[in-house]
Amino acid sequence: MKAGLIGKKIGMTQIFWRDGSVIPVTVIEAGPCIVIQKKDKEADGYSAVQLGFGRIKGKSATKPLKGHMEKADKGYFRVLREFRTDSVGEYEVGQELKVDIFKVGDSVDIVGTTKGKGFAGVIKRHGFHGGRATHGSMFHRAPGSIGASAYPARVFKGQKMPGQMGNKRKTTQRLEVVGVSPQNNLMMIKGAVPGSKNGVVLINDSIKV
Amino acid sequence: MNVLEMLEKEQMRTDIPDFKSGDTVKVHVKIVEGQKERLQVFQGVVIRKRSNQNRSTFTVRKISYGVGVERTFPIHSPVIDKIDVVTKGRVRRSRLYYLRGLRGKKARIRELGRR
Repeated sequence: MKAGLIGKKIGMTQIFWRDGSVIPVTVIEAGPCIVIQKKDKEADGYSAVQLGFGRIKGKSATKPLKGHMEKADKGYFRVLREFRTDSVGEYEVGQELKVDIFKVGDSVDIVGTTKGKGFAGVIKRHGFHGGRATHGSMFHRAPGSIGASAYPARVFKGQKMPGQMGNKRKTTQRLEVVGVSPQNNLMMIKGAVPGSKNGVVLINDSIKV
Repeated sequence: MNVLEMLEKEQMRTDIPDFKSGDTVKVHVKIVEGQKERLQVFQGVVIRKRSNQNRSTFTVRKISYGVGVERTFPIHSPVIDKIDVVTKGRVRRSRLYYLRGLRGKKARIRELGRR
């Protein structure tokens, strides 16, 4: 598997496909990414490349990070992420990866941080139905019973309950690339991608075929 | 310019004639049947036109064998071969939904420029 790219979600729109149908697309500003560090089995225990994305001024980076990024000597970056790959030998430190490593028709997995919904109840978080609003009903949005009494005398692990919803790393698998524009560093993905606009996303070859 | 706007502009066609609600148009639609592609003409009155970049659509209404038929097309769709404006109609609103309740002589639209 080749290393992927780091990108920024721009937003969604729609385009006309070749057969005249309208398809929803997410536009991502992907790359250019610089190889900052190579990791291999002997020294690090696993093989990966570390990529940098989103240029920043030198004064915005901390001193330790500056020293780290200066090894590639291509400026400073806001986002550093590792991509596991077995073919580390094909990459050079300082090499630039652009969106043209993907082509139209490719299948990709996209990682993003989902929009945070805060502390959500079971109706919003798990799709419970809830009770009646009126006619004397005293059961509105509560979760109801969470288990039996004497046996098992405990609540099972993984019981669906209220809690933090969203703002969590999420991967969407097998999305189709429907457009690549190397001069603008843009790519279009069919369908939705986790996260908000301007959120950081990681684009990988899909692990499923 | 904003990136999304730029991408949407790229999708938009420039060869579409100017028309409005109330105009009678002929829409030449490409239809793919197996391997062959042919054109089908849909002629009727434009009862609605909405503009929103490449999402713009318009709706054409016609009476086919006594049954009202409405079709909504994306204006910038590659499925549309061309649009001919047959007549310009004189109407006083932009959404001609009232035509749905009328038939025969009452559903006529006066032509622009004629008394």
